[in-house]
Amino acid sequence: MPLTFNDGIFEDINRENEKWQKKLEKVFEARPERLPRFSTVSDLEIGRLYTPADIKNQDFMRDIGFPGDAPFTRGVQPSMYRGRLWTMRMFAGLGSAKDTNKRFHLLVNQGQTGLSTAFDMPTLMGYDTDSPKARGECGKCGVAIDTLKDMEDLFEGLPIDKITTSMTINPPASVIWAMYIAMAEKRGIDRKVLGGTIQNDMLKEFIAQKTFMCPPVPSVRIITDTVEFGTKEVPRWNTISISGYHIREAGSTAVQELAFTLGDGIAYTEEAMKRGLDVDDFAPRFSFFFNSHLDFFEEVAKFRAARRMWGKIMKERFKAKDPRSWWLRFHTQTAGCSLTAQQPYNNVVRTAFQALAAVMGGTQSLHTNSLDEVLAIPTEEAATIALRTQQVIAEESGVANTIDPLGGSYFVEALTNRMEEEAFEIIEKIDNMGGMLSAIEKNYPQQEIADAAYHYQRQIDDKEKTVVGVNKYVTEEDIPVEILEIDEELESLQMEKTNRIKNERDNSRVKACLERVGEACSGDRNVMEDLIDAVKAHATLQEVCDVYRKVYGEYRDPGIY
Amino acid sequence: MKQKRRVRVMVAKPGLDGHDRGARIIARAYRDAGFEVVYTGLHQTPEEIVEAAIQEDVDMIGMSSLAGAHRYLFPAVVQLLRDRGADDIVVCGGGIIPEDDIAKLKAAGVQEVFTPGTPLDEIVRWVEENVSPR
Repeated sequence: MPLTFNDGIFEDINRENEKWQKKLEKVFEARPERLPRFSTVSDLEIGRLYTPADIKNQDFMRDIGFPGDAPFTRGVQPSMYRGRLWTMRMFAGLGSAKDTNKRFHLLVNQGQTGLSTAFDMPTLMGYDTDSPKARGECGKCGVAIDTLKDMEDLFEGLPIDKITTSMTINPPASVIWAMYIAMAEKRGIDRKVLGGTIQNDMLKEFIAQKTFMCPPVPSVRIITDTVEFGTKEVPRWNTISISGYHIREAGSTAVQELAFTLGDGIAYTEEAMKRGLDVDDFAPRFSFFFNSHLDFFEEVAKFRAARRMWGKIMKERFKAKDPRSWWLRFHTQTAGCSLTAQQPYNNVVRTAFQALAAVMGGTQSLHTNSLDEVLAIPTEEAATIALRTQQVIAEESGVANTIDPLGGSYFVEALTNRMEEEAFEIIEKIDNMGGMLSAIEKNYPQQEIADAAYHYQRQIDDKEKTVVGVNKYVTEEDIPVEILEIDEELESLQMEKTNRIKNERDNSRVKACLERVGEACSGDRNVMEDLIDAVKAHATLQEVCDVYRKVYGEYRDPGIY
Repeated sequence: MKQKRRVRVMVAKPGLDGHDRGARIIARAYRDAGFEVVYTGLHQTPEEIVEAAIQEDVDMIGMSSLAGAHRYLFPAVVQLLRDRGADDIVVCGGGIIPEDDIAKLKAAGVQEVFTPGTPLDEIVRWVEENVSPR
């Protein structure tokens, strides 16, 4: 039986609403509204007041329901934070593997519950530190990983059979994951017990984050190899984290973030099914990653809509039967792009509100940005404040004590419905273009995001949107914050380390391993076992990635603006 | 009467950093302001940037970096321009550049550094006032 609001009440509500609006107009004649137009940070226009009439077609069981059950609007787990809080997972990576290991230990000792690794740019792009393309970049915005030895140093003394690790890596994700598995096996840990996530989302790289190596089609083939291998060999691992975070950071609206992320998820599902995998065998290990931006209600609505949409996509489009395939489990990071170098302590406040929205939206895992992240890699003190922000929300604010506290708010439900509707319209457009890969080749998402980013920047410049400390409440004097400096000497030390390994290893074994990787890439054999063998023989990250580049060619940025 | 050529600006992304939101916004703002714009796209080496700037005969190079490698990359571009005898091309930078580095970059020959929060019109005005066709 549909549990909707009784139609009879809407006439009354609308009549009362009209009376109220008339009264209000007189008030505004004397003292006008604060802004000519009210809209979210994504520029969705917002009404003065929401009433049951704004959700009049809502069917409680169909659209809202109960946590742990379809449509999952209120959460994927029945108990949500009543049982267990979200995983507090701060992103860390700086300088050498040993430096980063020290930061990992610090964060775990401060109460962080999961690890999250940031790699430096050469590692992210599949280059070793000694590549001419890597000059000046070593360890700057993450940790440098060239060989298995670096991976071993990175996780030294950490219980990787008990703690889960997220690794933000994309084009060389298969290689880095092979190193992680190899490291675990050398410690005597079975790959079957390993838990964690590799980001491994290349479609979003072409759309937004722009870390790429090979063209889209072979990039997706390698990802599908990891999905297939994970399903069979590393069953507790999330082989892909379908990421809207970077789409939003590149300047998309919240609706675009939702549509392009779920659109990418559709593409990966299609590719894995083409490989002959059963959707219920791999879909439960897909995870998602969203941004939590400044507009509180828009973000809460986005998270709620995302869960409802993915459940529908899995059930209706892909006919998944296992309820775990319907779950959209997600990690959230607060919006790096919203932080300001001006008055940097305000960033603590921004991050707290964004983290609160993520929690109200039911995230499974959260990374809060540090106040100095707009200037450099966080200092220990700044990272600790960011972690404490989560702990205060979790254990002092009381917001985690009931499930989906904003469910039923006329505004939040109306906004959730609207975001779902608009995002599905974009997904339909992508379907009509022949799917996400083809939409990317046509530069459709890239251009849409560039337009949105430019629009937002103009709104800031024209003071239509306020950024405290930047275009309003500006102060003249600089507020000093401590900046973490990465030692420039690290580059040569890291090169020496890698060279030493190259000199000590069995080069004929490395060569044979790399040939096997090349054969797998040019043929149909899943590449993962060959990768694990290659990294165990101490092949470097770049040596393996050069095989990818040689077999598949390199992708060049089309330079859309 | 000889018509004055429009200012040609190259927007470049040196290094491996993929954060191109700012670079693309600036490229569009320059285009809207009536400049001729060449956008290199991502992942350019200093050598590639200088080569392209000379080939394209630009009056200014605006570089963006958000991943901390500006200390090496920006001065490398300035030096290569000098080596090629093209140091009349104005070089500017932007992105996540700590305050302490700005003076060092300027000492190395980077003429201006624009940090986040600078309105687009201000950046455009700076070009109008400081760059003329070579």
